[in-house]
Amino acid sequence: MSQRAFLAVAALVVVAGFLVSRVLTNQYYYFAAYVILQYVVLATAWNILGGYTGYVNFGTPAFFALGAYTSVVLIKMMNAPLGLQLVGGAAVAGLLGLGIGYLTLRLRGVFFSIATLALAVVLQTLFVNWEYTGGARGLSLIRPATAPLFGHYVQFLFEVMLILALFAVGVAAWIEHSWIGRGLAAIRDNEEAAECMGVPTLRLKLVATTVSGALMGLAGAPFPYFVTFVEPGSVFDLNYAVNSLAMPMIGGSTTWVGPIIGAVLLGTAQQVATVTISSALNLLIVGVILVAFVILAPEGIVGLIQRLARRREGDVRLAHGKAT
Amino acid sequence: MFSLDLFLNALAAGVLLGGFYAAVSLGIAVSFGLLDIANLAHPVFVMFGAYLVYTMNSRFGMDPILAGVLFTPLFFVLGALLYQLYYASFERKGAESLRGLVFFFGILFIVEVGLLLQFGVDYRLVEARYIGESLHLGPVGLPFRLLIPCVAGVSLTALLYLFLSRTFYGRAIQGVAQDAFALRLMGANPFKVKRLAFALASATASVAGALLIMIGPVEPAMNREYIGRAFAVTVLGGMGSIGGTLVAALMLGVAESLTATFYGPAWGVAVSFGVLLLALAVRPSGLFGR
Repeated sequence: MSQRAFLAVAALVVVAGFLVSRVLTNQYYYFAAYVILQYVVLATAWNILGGYTGYVNFGTPAFFALGAYTSVVLIKMMNAPLGLQLVGGAAVAGLLGLGIGYLTLRLRGVFFSIATLALAVVLQTLFVNWEYTGGARGLSLIRPATAPLFGHYVQFLFEVMLILALFAVGVAAWIEHSWIGRGLAAIRDNEEAAECMGVPTLRLKLVATTVSGALMGLAGAPFPYFVTFVEPGSVFDLNYAVNSLAMPMIGGSTTWVGPIIGAVLLGTAQQVATVTISSALNLLIVGVILVAFVILAPEGIVGLIQRLARRREGDVRLAHGKAT
Repeated sequence: MFSLDLFLNALAAGVLLGGFYAAVSLGIAVSFGLLDIANLAHPVFVMFGAYLVYTMNSRFGMDPILAGVLFTPLFFVLGALLYQLYYASFERKGAESLRGLVFFFGILFIVEVGLLLQFGVDYRLVEARYIGESLHLGPVGLPFRLLIPCVAGVSLTALLYLFLSRTFYGRAIQGVAQDAFALRLMGANPFKVKRLAFALASATASVAGALLIMIGPVEPAMNREYIGRAFAVTVLGGMGSIGGTLVAALMLGVAESLTATFYGPAWGVAVSFGVLLLALAVRPSGLFGR
């Protein structure tokens, strides 16, 4: 998809989202759609590091929570508007991402993943002990009741998350098709070989970890206003780690389309399961689907479709060969 | 704030805790240290063991340690099956270990949610005659609920050490860790040796679970704390050295206990992960690295 086409589609989606928010009045749909879109951002962000570069990050909750808590601090300190919260959350989480990037100097593969898991727990302990942001008890926030043009504030947040999701996907797609994406793919396939061929591996990895971290922080920044109550247990939830890596794995982790497919499918399925069955059972379903995909279809849905398409193409070619 | 009595008590509690950490870490030391399989799901299996012990204890009043030992065959078989699945799906195909890591992460999640569905988020604990008592040595009190897990943990470590260094199969396991290809040339099947090692590592989870629920009440999400502890101990201990694992576990126990005593229990968990991050960043080969 060319850049102009992407921008046109994005603009259409944003306008469509706005128009829908004028018609649809049931608040539940905005809550559900917000959560799914938030997963689109998280999955896309995870995929920039995990899918393109091959570094598995178990620390999504750390970045997400950092984004959320940056907003909390900004709100408490100066009642900052949402725009500033977004910028702040992304910046702080991006800095953490940069730090993680330097960690890859020493830690590869499994060790990197375990370190990210450790990072999430250490950060959670810090916030549990930090009284300013409510400590372990958590903190209630008052959000504006309405937003101009949108009416209810949740509808406004839905539109904001829609724009953030498009932004994240746009960034991922741009990285994928630029020289950065090719460099990252080279690192994924063989880091030593890439380094030997003159790929600036460290610089590229720093770009990947920073962008990935910043986007995760961006997903977390509107969260305090969305739930109006922030406590360490909910923002450092392991579900974010599992979902943000399960969604790209299920959708397909080598293209920007994969995380969207995974997030929409899995996110919707979870919303439906939460309402109809139970919220614990839907997590079980995520786990089972993740394990099944990792074993049976490691390339995800996109990979499956590509394989099918290739086979059909092969059949067509075969048929032509017989005819001539 | 600082007093010698307090310090000595914290130190003793730390050493006792360390003996127990060794029991939890053994499974990771073998699977990750020797076999190079990052079994993130081991701590959740420890959790599973703890809940099985809880069931036996609350239903039939069975002694927790006895129950833990009774369930080892079950965990042995589970471990063998899990390795078989891992081998068939990842190792044989030479797929990168990262996908295996995601696989174990998924297993962790499934078992944790399964426990949550079955037992809920309430804290569960076991009862036994000796759990409330303690042994007094001068100013230092050694509660039995810590002392027994420590003795059991150290015994388990010693047993595994003897098995790995003295028996035929134990040496085969160390051999497969050093050079699987050479083992194949000797006419042995690396797959079977690894499966045995993984199954044994998994069997320790049942005993460790019994010790865990003896020390204090458990809830399903607790396994995450032990991921950090067990991997920190394994890395610090030098990836698969059983003696090193014990020493590292004792060090971590003391560090955590001192932190918890002098800075508050909320910081205890951060110590293990902090140690892990430091160890990974500064000296990935561990204190006793090969």
